[in-house]
Amino acid sequence: MKKLALYLILICAAVSFIYPFLWMAFISLKSVGDAGARGLLSSFFTLQNYKAVFMEIPIGRALLNSAIVALSTTASVIFFSSLVGYALAKLRFSGRETVFMIVLLTMMIPGQLTLIPLYTLIVRLGWIDSYPALVAPWMISAMGILIFRQTFISIPDDLIEAARMEGCGELRILTSIFWPLSKPAMVTVGIITFMNSWNEVLWPMMVVRRQEMMTMPQMITTFSVGGQSGGELGVEMAASMLLIIPILAAYAFFQKYFIDGIASTGIKG
Amino acid sequence: MTTGDERKDAIGYAFTAPYILFLLVFTAYPLLFSFYLVFHSWDLITPPEYVGLKNFYFLMHDTDFWQALLNTLIFLAIHIPAQVVFSIMIAMALAEKIVAKTFFRAAFFLPVIISGAVVTILWAKLYSTDTGIFNQLLGLAGIAPVKWLTSTGLAMPSIAVMATWKNMGFYIVLFLAGLLNIPAHLYEVSKIEGTTRWQDFWHITLPLLRPTMLLVVVLSTFGAFSLFIEPYVMTGGGPLNSTMSVVLYMYKHAFLFQHMGYAATIGFALAAIILLVVLIQKKYLDSD
Repeated sequence: MKKLALYLILICAAVSFIYPFLWMAFISLKSVGDAGARGLLSSFFTLQNYKAVFMEIPIGRALLNSAIVALSTTASVIFFSSLVGYALAKLRFSGRETVFMIVLLTMMIPGQLTLIPLYTLIVRLGWIDSYPALVAPWMISAMGILIFRQTFISIPDDLIEAARMEGCGELRILTSIFWPLSKPAMVTVGIITFMNSWNEVLWPMMVVRRQEMMTMPQMITTFSVGGQSGGELGVEMAASMLLIIPILAAYAFFQKYFIDGIASTGIKG
Repeated sequence: MTTGDERKDAIGYAFTAPYILFLLVFTAYPLLFSFYLVFHSWDLITPPEYVGLKNFYFLMHDTDFWQALLNTLIFLAIHIPAQVVFSIMIAMALAEKIVAKTFFRAAFFLPVIISGAVVTILWAKLYSTDTGIFNQLLGLAGIAPVKWLTSTGLAMPSIAVMATWKNMGFYIVLFLAGLLNIPAHLYEVSKIEGTTRWQDFWHITLPLLRPTMLLVVVLSTFGAFSLFIEPYVMTGGGPLNSTMSVVLYMYKHAFLFQHMGYAATIGFALAAIILLVVLIQKKYLDSD
């Protein structure tokens, strides 16, 4: 009896979390005349909404922009954050504790405080409507530094000493010994960074005006809000599906990293 | 010896140099420049003009700004209790011995990983007065359509419900971790004393979930003060500013009116309020 109530709660919750996305997926696959009909299933499914999205807005370009921005941000965060994480965990230099304190301090600054000044900086650098505007301010993350530092500290010093004996430079030690030994940390930092960058909408809406430079969230937002979609439900939903499919695919493979990573670091914003 | 130390120093500095440079340009400079901006009026085209405390004076008397803050409080008043009650309930169900635990966890977490822009566009359709699923369901029960997003009283609560739905998976996982941290022997002691499950919940589970509760409340507050895309897509801040969020208001001043100095002042005040609210919450939830 008690078990039954438990499962009832869980199943109701699961349905309420999944159903809206299913509805969206099915609507995106229905023809215009069919979309209004109640219920999910239709007599036939079609890709015409997806064709319409590609014809009405430069969504291919937006997908490319999103991929470029999210992948380069992720690569940069992993490389530079692990560099700093390594220095803080394994190198001895005067000022190390100060740098560590600064990393912790920066995490306490509310983003709302620096948003407008940061925007004026981008304007003065002449970076409006460019990839540097979308990537550069997010190239290193304090969260990434902390995760790498924490992981690297537990790797024994003997490995470093042995490598140094054989004449390995510190950068080689980081990339060929520490990286392979820290795959879970790298996947966690990578996934969180990629997801945040891929989903980010406020910053692109500040520094991008030209349609060719828009990333996916901004593109579908202006498409939906600007009335460009002409209220065609199926087309709007198809555009949204194109945004979430890459994240869903990653989620299918790295579910554990998504959940544990986000739960242990908190979500941005 | 000295040379060895110098070499070590050099490598340490080389590894941290990119971060220091990054920090100076994208954190320290904007931080300092915000102190400059709040005392100036600037449209990005003509040179900034020193205006003293005028921006702050204007902010104090700006009813739209206070309305935006009030809207955030309305949001929090619905969001936090709903979040805490439902998340704990579902987390407690998940903590039991059940099959398909991984599936349920993954399903609840799904909205967390989806872009807020998509979730908002999707929910705008679900909330639609004429064709949305909520009004269709109400229609089946013979209830007249409700104006979820187009009435001043309901628009903000509707957005709060959506935000609760979007983030709940995250909070369920946090509460689940908190629940699993409670030592099992505590419940065994109470079994001997013959207390009911409800008493256990009030006297063991809830008090021990306090640290998680603080985390959930603080993170929800950060989220509430960051509301932007939700009102931007669903209502544009309306009707009658009833869903205007502080960040959306700041965005409008910066991008519709080019009021950089005033927008920076709004950001400045918002940051101060966030720190204050979080300190109050910490003090209140940390004690006893």
